[in-house]
Amino acid sequence: MTQTAASPAPSAPESAEVPFIEARNLVKKFPVRGGVLNRVVANVHAVTDVSFAIRKGETLGIVGESGCGKSTLGKMLIRLLEPTAGSIRIEGREITGLNHQQMMPIRRRMQIIFQDPYSSLNPRLTVRQLLKEAIAFHGVVGRDAMESYIDQLIATVGLRPEAKDKFPHEFSGGQRQRLGIARALALKPEFIVADEPVSALDVSIQAQVLNLMMDLKEQLGLTMLFISHDLKVVEHFCDRVLVMYLGRVVETLTCDRLRQDAQHPYTRALLGANPIDDPDDRRPLTVLTGDVPSPLNPPPGCAFASRCPEVKDRCREEVPPLELKQAGHPSACWARE
Amino acid sequence: MIAGDRKPVLEVRGLTTRFRTDRGIVTAVDDVNFDVYPGETIGIVGESGCGKTVTSKTIMRLLPEQNSIIDPSSQILFGGTNLATASESQMRRVRGDKIAMIFQEPMTSLNPVFTVGWQLDEALRYHTKLSKKQRLERSIEMLRLVEIPNPEQRVKEYPHQLSGGMRQRVMIAIALCCEPDILIADEPTTALDVTIQAQILALMDDLRKKLNTAILLITHDLGVVATVCDRIIVMYAGRVIEQAPVRDLFKRPQHPYTKALLESIPKAGNKEHGKRLPTIKGIVPSLFELPAGCRFQDRCEFKQQRCIDEEPRLEPKAQGDHPVRCHFPLNQDVDLTVSQSSP
Repeated sequence: MTQTAASPAPSAPESAEVPFIEARNLVKKFPVRGGVLNRVVANVHAVTDVSFAIRKGETLGIVGESGCGKSTLGKMLIRLLEPTAGSIRIEGREITGLNHQQMMPIRRRMQIIFQDPYSSLNPRLTVRQLLKEAIAFHGVVGRDAMESYIDQLIATVGLRPEAKDKFPHEFSGGQRQRLGIARALALKPEFIVADEPVSALDVSIQAQVLNLMMDLKEQLGLTMLFISHDLKVVEHFCDRVLVMYLGRVVETLTCDRLRQDAQHPYTRALLGANPIDDPDDRRPLTVLTGDVPSPLNPPPGCAFASRCPEVKDRCREEVPPLELKQAGHPSACWARE
Repeated sequence: MIAGDRKPVLEVRGLTTRFRTDRGIVTAVDDVNFDVYPGETIGIVGESGCGKTVTSKTIMRLLPEQNSIIDPSSQILFGGTNLATASESQMRRVRGDKIAMIFQEPMTSLNPVFTVGWQLDEALRYHTKLSKKQRLERSIEMLRLVEIPNPEQRVKEYPHQLSGGMRQRVMIAIALCCEPDILIADEPTTALDVTIQAQILALMDDLRKKLNTAILLITHDLGVVATVCDRIIVMYAGRVIEQAPVRDLFKRPQHPYTKALLESIPKAGNKEHGKRLPTIKGIVPSLFELPAGCRFQDRCEFKQQRCIDEEPRLEPKAQGDHPVRCHFPLNQDVDLTVSQSSP
């Protein structure tokens, strides 16, 4: 794979294999309007120059704090949001710029699971109607097979058969998330963006839903983008993780080496700020000082410079490039040259 | 830490709170007992609906009187007064002065139409005899204490001008400006990012040491509990089911629910990577349809006939054990480690 000068697509496999989905130099700016003429007075730089690739069957995690652009990125990938610039390829085929008609067959292959499925499920439809709507629209199965397909879906996500005739509000949080998963699976997608799918759930329910998603991932060979602010969950669930800060990727590495290999001071700070559930391992949490810069006006240098314990002069002047420091492990930091 | 000669600052005895609902009366908190000693941090953990928030709101008497009933036998002993039966004017002297509370979402507890300074001043106006000038000085000092940069400027700002972490720090400043004996923190960091959470937890701990405030921390996050608490109370379906010093609870959980809860969180480090997490089957029983015996019975893998017939009492099973509400507690003799999480 050729690498662009601005940022290499991190950790694409060495082989010539085409990744399932690939993003190159994605940018998303949200205009802020104001004044008497309602002109664009500023831009929120939500995502800046993000490139990555996900292999077929791989789960890529995205972590970062609120406002770092992780959800925007997820929505751009399945074109719920239009990127301001950059390219998205599915199995090598460019999908930015495709019109609605052309997107239809691709939409079906890509689905999203939200943090709060309640707000994404029509409250006036029963589960059967909800699922049927999507299945019929995309013609996934014929009319005769519809009922048995719905039964099968409901069983797959571990809901009881009688759930079919209930409304979304009749379910508990965990069951509702199962419903959100069933809705996403109904179209037999190959790629799923899961945006904080377990963040709103109690721990015991969180474990149930994570296990279900793992089962499905294996059985159906799903490729996933898993967005979360919880490093422990990402570490457990994902193959690789992309760490974002203020719209940029600062580091990408494999999850099984996260704690040992994390290079970037921000990744290290995230790890250190995460409370460990072992009273014998009680150490002071890493506390960062300094303020998060505004995405309206990102600083000229590294966005993390204002809070970084290892900051150097160069960090305030120049954005560090995302460079391969070790095989398959790019990070963007001047201090760790 | 809990020496025999130290007196608890708060004693909760037989705390029972019911709600009137369309479906009848429901008992949200059922016979909860605990003591709070000065300068200690107690964690109350449990899943949604277990009664942890109702417990704290009952102590503060913040539940709406139309539909909540505090059982007359409940005792909340604080400084010689039973808060369970105290009048509203008595409560007003306690609230914010002696016992302060911070909530999960500071934006809903800060008043959007008044400045930060005004809201700090309000607490001082009610509870102290300081002059206006002294109160302003104290407000600025409090903001500085919670590490808000440029406090002279910030007192003039409104809540919407602050970030989420800063709002929570303002809440803490308001809560602590009268140097309360007890700070009740209900999920204070749940809505915050981990880096901000770390700041808030460190701040609360500093202030606890400086002012010897006891902290009652209500949370569902076991990592937070393991990091800051001295003692832990585990609640399930309105009942306290286990109560122990933090290390004891994590290393030797005796209630099957506690053990399962601890196991169901993903562990730091890579050992468990890609494996299935141990889960607790089923869901929390509805408070309207509580079983006669143990409330955890339907989800418990060790259930026996006795668990169906008879609800266990909260008591230590052997000398030196911590109290547990289970007929057949685990880890009675072995020092079974819960996690070997370090890489």
